Amino acid sequence: MGRNPAYAGQMVGDQRINYMERKDKNISAMSTPAIGEAGLTGDWRDMKPVIDHSKCIPSVKKKPACYLCWLYCPEGVIKVSIPVEIDMDYCKGCGICAEECPAKAITMVNEEG
Amino acid sequence: MSEVQIMTGNTAAALAAKLCRVQVVAAYPITPQTSITEMLSQYIESGALKAEYVRVESEHSALTVCISASSVGARAFTSTSSHGLLYMHEQLHWAAGSRLPIVMCCVNRGVGAPWSIFNDQQDSVSQRDTGWLQIYCRDNQEIIDTVIQSYRIAEEIYAPIMVCYDGFVLSHTMMPVDIPDAELVHSFLPPYKPHTILSAASPRNINPVLFPGTRRNSEGILCDGYMEMRYKLQDALERSRDLIAAVGMQYFKLTGRDYSEPLWRYKTDDAEVLLTGMGSIATESTVAADMLREQGIKAGVVGVRIYRPFPRKAIPKALENARAVFVLEKDISYGYEGALCSDIKAALYGTGINAPLHNFIAGLGGRDVKAREIAEAVRTSLAEMKNKKPQNKTIWINCRK
Amino acid sequence: MPENLFKVNKEEYMLPGNRACQGCGLSLAYRYVLKALRENTILTLPASCLTVLHGLYPTTSVAIPCLNCTFASTAASAAGLVAGLTATGQTDITVVAVAGDGGTYDIGIQALSGAAERNTDFIFVCYDNEAYMNTGTQRSSATPMGATTTTTPILTKEQNKKDMLKIMEAHDVAYIATTSPAFPIDLYDKFVKAKRIRGTRYMQIHIPCPPGWGYPPRDTVKLARLAIETGVFVLFEIENGKFHFTGRSKSLAEKGNRLPLSNYIERQDRFKKMTEEQLRSLQKFVDNKWNEYLKKAEG
Repeated sequence: MGRNPAYAGQMVGDQRINYMERKDKNISAMSTPAIGEAGLTGDWRDMKPVIDHSKCIPSVKKKPACYLCWLYCPEGVIKVSIPVEIDMDYCKGCGICAEECPAKAITMVNEEG
Repeated sequence: MSEVQIMTGNTAAALAAKLCRVQVVAAYPITPQTSITEMLSQYIESGALKAEYVRVESEHSALTVCISASSVGARAFTSTSSHGLLYMHEQLHWAAGSRLPIVMCCVNRGVGAPWSIFNDQQDSVSQRDTGWLQIYCRDNQEIIDTVIQSYRIAEEIYAPIMVCYDGFVLSHTMMPVDIPDAELVHSFLPPYKPHTILSAASPRNINPVLFPGTRRNSEGILCDGYMEMRYKLQDALERSRDLIAAVGMQYFKLTGRDYSEPLWRYKTDDAEVLLTGMGSIATESTVAADMLREQGIKAGVVGVRIYRPFPRKAIPKALENARAVFVLEKDISYGYEGALCSDIKAALYGTGINAPLHNFIAGLGGRDVKAREIAEAVRTSLAEMKNKKPQNKTIWINCRK
Repeated sequence: MPENLFKVNKEEYMLPGNRACQGCGLSLAYRYVLKALRENTILTLPASCLTVLHGLYPTTSVAIPCLNCTFASTAASAAGLVAGLTATGQTDITVVAVAGDGGTYDIGIQALSGAAERNTDFIFVCYDNEAYMNTGTQRSSATPMGATTTTTPILTKEQNKKDMLKIMEAHDVAYIATTSPAFPIDLYDKFVKAKRIRGTRYMQIHIPCPPGWGYPPRDTVKLARLAIETGVFVLFEIENGKFHFTGRSKSLAEKGNRLPLSNYIERQDRFKKMTEEQLRSLQKFVDNKWNEYLKKAEG
């Protein structure tokens, strides 16, 4: 797998795999890297981060700046981009980004449903 | 060319490790195996053996070092006794479950409390459930030959092997040993190829937590649960019997010493009474068998060399014609009986072999076991059998009760 | 991108969707530990929160080779990796042991002392969340005085935190550094530096733990920062026997404006049963340690 993580459980190519045919050849336990080992951890959230791009510094300055949210995200699911993006499949909703944002551009709001 | 030298069991063990060109040694002092660690230090510091010697601070760490060194592809060796073995107990399980071909010499010594520095086999026998192969040597020649064969076996089946021999009785006693030629050993042992992958190009997380059930990985393969992994270990040990025999036969062709059988025999062809045991107590029994023969009792000895995997088929075959069987051992599973005796009885179950089977517990904590004491105990038991007194007893030899 | 963020290795070796708690201090710190260490590393770790973060078979959340080991054996496992790699000629691989406070201060201390005394060429990382968190918050010798844990539920932790850094200093190791997820770049730089040094390197990371310490997950960085602002945790390096403060602790030492302990204590549920006397005692303990460090810095 190396550092090209595949999503856990994705289909490989177009063919459906007969799972029972491909046996686990490991004689001792050796795991391979992949995103989503614990599933879609976005499901853990009860509150989600919402970015106000009118306040977010890189969006305001229209150039790379700040990115403290990326720095402090324990999951590494914030993208260094303009506008800043958060991967909501895996964001656990801890709220550190909201807490640390110097522009107070991120608010934690209740998840619907 | 091989050469014969007089040497102690510990010297034989250290020499074997050197001949096998082990790459990592980690060991801790404990009587009576300390001189193995000293000799290996001499070899390594003098350059005679090119290896990393890790002067660890405990036996637990000694086996740990062997485990991780073996995981990255180094041939690893350690040795210990008694409490040292007990201290590394959790790592014994870990090494077997990791499927690593570590070879360890266990110089058998009694366990506390109270302290004993002298020989018995409680230390290694109490570890028989860990998944290690266990081989018991009866003389110093077997020590050097067994360590060499053990690397060959272990590195093919990927399971660790414990080479056991009696403390002081063998470790400190000098015997003639035919030392195999270094080049011969080198060609007998192919290079070690680890199955574990610890590489940046292909990162793996080795020995993580496993769920009880099976679980898919990111490629869709249904991967094993804990029970399957453990089954694979058991399966490897069961299948190793054939390999042990084949390696033993190969070694025979190279050295003239035959190790193709898991049991060794002494005057068993016409024997009516069979004594059985592991290591030097079985050797002592051959003297007892001769004494019994002088007294008109046709006795023979079946020595158990390979204890794990247990010779479940060979044992019934070896014992089938006996009128009586005496299992001598230097260990006991407290609350029941000697471990070897239980294992033998289990192997006989369902075979129709129903000869009286007595268990002699002898020599605990190094108590001297004389051949005549063994012969005496056998005669007494046989007399009791004639009087139809209770059968299948556990008898402690030469012990006040 | 801001200057100091630019230089950080952009690769994410810790993959999302892992089993660490929301707001886990270890998770945040570990991102940077791995960024600094890069691919040519072999990790070894014992039973701990990190084992869970690394994931359950057959998938792992970390794309760097890792060998799991038993609780007491972490440093010995690393020593074996070093010996094995040397013996088989596999050069240019950094061996890194990563254990919690339990696996470092308590059950792991013997193997660590042995490996350090032998100047084993590896990095030992202690991530200190100040209790046995993986098993549900039991007291360790790293738990601060006055903290409630499940094994000090009523009377709280009696003793002060064991000074592991002093113990490691006594081993004359090649490099000691303390780091915090409040200052990820400082952490990153120290690990990059450690990777280049030979001999035993001891790294300690102060890890706030939301469920174990009793605070909302969003405050993890804030608490880590407060620990430094109050002097509960001090950022320093000891290299070739020379001590010096680093980063925020350096300016605190120069300006002498540490915050009182209560700023840090009052935010955590685990200190709710702390008595006034304990708080005074802990303030004194922190002050004494701080003064010790000031003396060391003078040389």
